[in-house]
Amino acid sequence: MQTLNRTPLFEQHTALGARMVPFAGWEMPVQYEGVIPEHRAVRGDSGVFDVSHMGELEVEGPKAHAFLQSVLSNDLDRIEPGQAQYTLLTNERGGIVDDLIAYRLEVGRYLLIVNASNREADFEWLKERELSGSDVRDLSDDYALLAVQGPRSLERLGLDEAPAFTFAEGEVEGMECMVNRTGYTGERGVELMVPAEDGPALWDAVVGRGVTPAGLGARDTLRLEVCYPLHGNDIGPELDPISAGLGWVCALEKEFTGVSELRRVKEEGPDRKLAAFVMEEAGVPRQGMSIEGGGEVTSGTHSPMLDKGIGMGYVPTEQAEPGTDVTIDLRGRSRRARVVKKPIYKPQED
Amino acid sequence: MAAAESYPEELRYHAEHDWARVEGDEAVLGVTWYAQDALGELVHYEPPEAGASIAKDGIYGEVESVKAVSDLVSPLSGEVVEVNQKIVDAPETVNEDPYGEGWLVRIRMSDQSEAESLLDAGAYKALLAGQ
Repeated sequence: MQTLNRTPLFEQHTALGARMVPFAGWEMPVQYEGVIPEHRAVRGDSGVFDVSHMGELEVEGPKAHAFLQSVLSNDLDRIEPGQAQYTLLTNERGGIVDDLIAYRLEVGRYLLIVNASNREADFEWLKERELSGSDVRDLSDDYALLAVQGPRSLERLGLDEAPAFTFAEGEVEGMECMVNRTGYTGERGVELMVPAEDGPALWDAVVGRGVTPAGLGARDTLRLEVCYPLHGNDIGPELDPISAGLGWVCALEKEFTGVSELRRVKEEGPDRKLAAFVMEEAGVPRQGMSIEGGGEVTSGTHSPMLDKGIGMGYVPTEQAEPGTDVTIDLRGRSRRARVVKKPIYKPQED
Repeated sequence: MAAAESYPEELRYHAEHDWARVEGDEAVLGVTWYAQDALGELVHYEPPEAGASIAKDGIYGEVESVKAVSDLVSPLSGEVVEVNQKIVDAPETVNEDPYGEGWLVRIRMSDQSEAESLLDAGAYKALLAGQ
């Protein structure tokens, strides 16, 4: 039996009565009070997620920029130190090794925050391709990462507003942390990175400020309502970003791994597209269910905000147009759904 | 609000975490506190049709939470005489009151002796303690 890793916040979770589950080799809280109340807390006020299982890779050196430009899909020339960018690590077939956020720390130094499930694969991928003059290091075990998300998150933490996809040194209850204006919920929010040993005190401070602890269950329903793809479900090494609707993070005018294949897909137009849908009839769509006409659900759940089944899935391009009615096989029952424009749920502006 | 854990003495239990309340030649069926707690807040109930025949140990419907779907296993055989429409409209009622408002179907039993093979509250609690 494989032993599961524990984040620096394991004791915090068990003390709060969290239900712990295995996830990508980690023992993680799936919920505390319940997925639906935690989801609503994030949409209505604020919630805090332990995302310390995610990987932190640092790439440094005079060639760091050139190296990352050659392996990542987005254009790092668009960001300056203090800014971050959503981007993809692509393979030669134009498939997605991982999706990640690149933080430009200095001109020649980057931090990549990657999916927990891909941390080792990403590190090896980068190590195999690194240039002399670009050093890749895995710092994942050195840090705790807390995502504090929701319309009142910054106010709860006493942090000043800052533009999305920026970061700065900041302080929460006297604890210094890297404050990243990023997240996976569609809401205003930050991801706080601190040395692993400071994680428990920071968590306690955040919860002490009235932020609701939220687990992986709510993290998934929140991201799906705003149509953020999950690697391993909606995107993966055999799926290309053009079909996934991630063409906007692919700088096809620069050279990077798999770019010629992506140019071809873009030019010819994808055969199928990742569409978002809302159930018109009762039932909860789930990953792997077939969509009549050759499609398949890649993520599905019950939307707490819409109180309906929602999901995303690949469908033939002609079915991907918003307003199209599709039929999903829910364990032998044909149920109607309607393709909608992304996001499925739009966070409220305040 | 979620209900507090309980397993009423007057009910009979199936090892798949379903309960039956025998009332003359009819029985009311539902899921136990343990089942609803394991699933989390219910968001969907897929009921059988009224008039359908269901068999002891057979699947007669589904309940779903955000995270998971669970088959409903019938503790008894019979014909569905009533579906609790309130649960179709508000599945979370099962979490709030699993043995009362949260009942799922009423059946007319086809073999009343089957009830004798079900677990009493003590035996069901012993089964849970062993899990």
